[in-house]
Amino acid sequence: MTTIGARQRVEEALLPPLVALLVALVVGDILILLVGQSPGAVYRLMLSGTWGNWYGFGQVLYKATTLLCTGLAVALALRAGLFNIGGEGQLAAGGFAAAVMGLVLPAGTPGIVAIPLCIGAALAAGGLVGAVPGVMKARFGAHEVIVTIMLNFIVLALLNWIVASHLHVPETLHTPAMRAGTLSRLMDWISPFHGSAANTSLLIAIAAAVVVGWMLFRTRAGYELRAAGLQPDAAEYGGVRVGRVWIKAFVISGALAGLGGINYTLGYKHYYEEGFSGGAGFLGIAVALVGRNHPLGVVIAAFLFATLSQGGLAIHALVPKQMVEVLQGVVILAVAAAVPEVRRLVQGVRAGAAR
Amino acid sequence: MSEIIAFVAQTIRIAIPYLFAASGGVIAERAGVVSLTLEGFMLTGAFAATLGSYYSGSPWIGVLCGIGGGLLFGLIHAVASIRYRADQIVTGIAINLLAVGLTRFFLLMAFDSSSNSPRVAGFGVTGDGGALTGALLRNPLVWLGLLGIPVVAWLVHYTPFGLRVRAVGEHPAAAETLGVPVRRVRYFAVALSGILAGLGGVYLALDQHQFTDSMTAGRGFIALAAIIFGRWEPVRAGIACLLFAAAETLQIQLQGMQGIPSQFVQMIPYVLTIVAVGGFVARSTPPAALGKVDA
Repeated sequence: MTTIGARQRVEEALLPPLVALLVALVVGDILILLVGQSPGAVYRLMLSGTWGNWYGFGQVLYKATTLLCTGLAVALALRAGLFNIGGEGQLAAGGFAAAVMGLVLPAGTPGIVAIPLCIGAALAAGGLVGAVPGVMKARFGAHEVIVTIMLNFIVLALLNWIVASHLHVPETLHTPAMRAGTLSRLMDWISPFHGSAANTSLLIAIAAAVVVGWMLFRTRAGYELRAAGLQPDAAEYGGVRVGRVWIKAFVISGALAGLGGINYTLGYKHYYEEGFSGGAGFLGIAVALVGRNHPLGVVIAAFLFATLSQGGLAIHALVPKQMVEVLQGVVILAVAAAVPEVRRLVQGVRAGAAR
Repeated sequence: MSEIIAFVAQTIRIAIPYLFAASGGVIAERAGVVSLTLEGFMLTGAFAATLGSYYSGSPWIGVLCGIGGGLLFGLIHAVASIRYRADQIVTGIAINLLAVGLTRFFLLMAFDSSSNSPRVAGFGVTGDGGALTGALLRNPLVWLGLLGIPVVAWLVHYTPFGLRVRAVGEHPAAAETLGVPVRRVRYFAVALSGILAGLGGVYLALDQHQFTDSMTAGRGFIALAAIIFGRWEPVRAGIACLLFAAAETLQIQLQGMQGIPSQFVQMIPYVLTIVAVGGFVARSTPPAALGKVDA
């Protein structure tokens, strides 16, 4: 029994990324042929432009960092049975808070003080935005999907207003540069990364993945969270205060998405800019889906989507980079629609063989 | 007097895309299928209409193409969420990403631009006051859009099809037992929502005589907000659309004065929706089977 269990688990884990890759390849081929290029050449260019050179790889690392955070945010909430599609607003709030913290700290504040303060600000701002749908659901029964969607627009509009009317550098849409709390780039340590935006936020994001995995599977809070996600009524009967778990899960989820904001503000630009989140909050849903809501899966999926996104820039000479945006949508659709279908097929075949 | 007319005209001009999308979304949601997709349907409709109008020179061909574009995306959503029982929220987000990606890709392919199409034949005439009112009155899509909500309200409440839509959205198992073809009703409802929301996009593109990248700019979500704020009732949703549009008009007309920042006016629909789903105004009950995968 245990061997079958293990095999099934591997199948379960591999199915979504495999289906995603396959469907993406088919649709990608069609689009590439439509443009009149050879798929082989385009894919080779995509690989050499991402994992094939230091700069490209650094950019993949940079993009994976934000996606890792937003993916973890969605995955953790889904484990609690909650759909957090407010990643976009939480991410922006986190980045903004970190940038403002770096702005108000006196210049010359040592990193060991300033960096934790900035990260804390990002976590707190994301968590605060996340708390709203959590409380709305637990206290008033409001559906979290509706609240998080609407909150995205509200948060972004609010931040735009603050930046536009109080904080921007004239003629730009961004805040002044931070005085303290910036993180070092990977190129400061490993010189071939020169020019790429990858920075030490990556390590913080990976640490977050480890902590989320530990919390979900090794702590009482994680057990309660998963119980509330699997069967809220049964969990409530078993003594779990489901409403509180929802709020807690949403706060942590929002904080994780907010943490993603430091990649841009602390690690790369050192200021908050309108629109920096650029869809990474929404892509977090795809990352969680392909990663099957498991921290390790989320890490792998974040790299997959980061490669796709950086790969789009690499192939732009041959095929419009917009192809990648199409593929992202296709991948989500394929994983959502095809994976259950393929699973049913596999189970059907297996049931037939057993008979 | 002329100021009032200008205000009403501008409000209607802004409201038409909302009315189209909300009338479509109400049907799909009442049939139990989540309408996060309205934004994507609109964008595809707008782009297809631009293509059609550009290559034929006739806005009417554009309208037909826009209907086709909305229908196509409606069917993709229907197949994924009904035939393959995929999570409707996830497919909804995928549809929206796909619409942005595909329209950008083909904008580049067809018009060699990453921002906008060339000018195409349309219905709108740019202008203010009297000119705007005249142009509105001559735009057939305005009339169609104003008709959308009453027709959908009649459809939902007074026709056998509407009864089936409501049954399928409230209690699909019971409907199934009574011989209602649940899946077919849902397919039809989602296809219709694709067409109607697509028309909202068509109106936008033909009113501005061109397609611009991501030109729907969240209008599909405002329509969704109107549906929720209207507690899934077509007429109330229509009123919410007009209300949201009036707030935007007010903001545009007061722009000269030192008043409320525009960002706060933009927030109004979203804040009201959160207030509505929180049940602070009146009990807000979505269709019972909304978003449920199995039927």
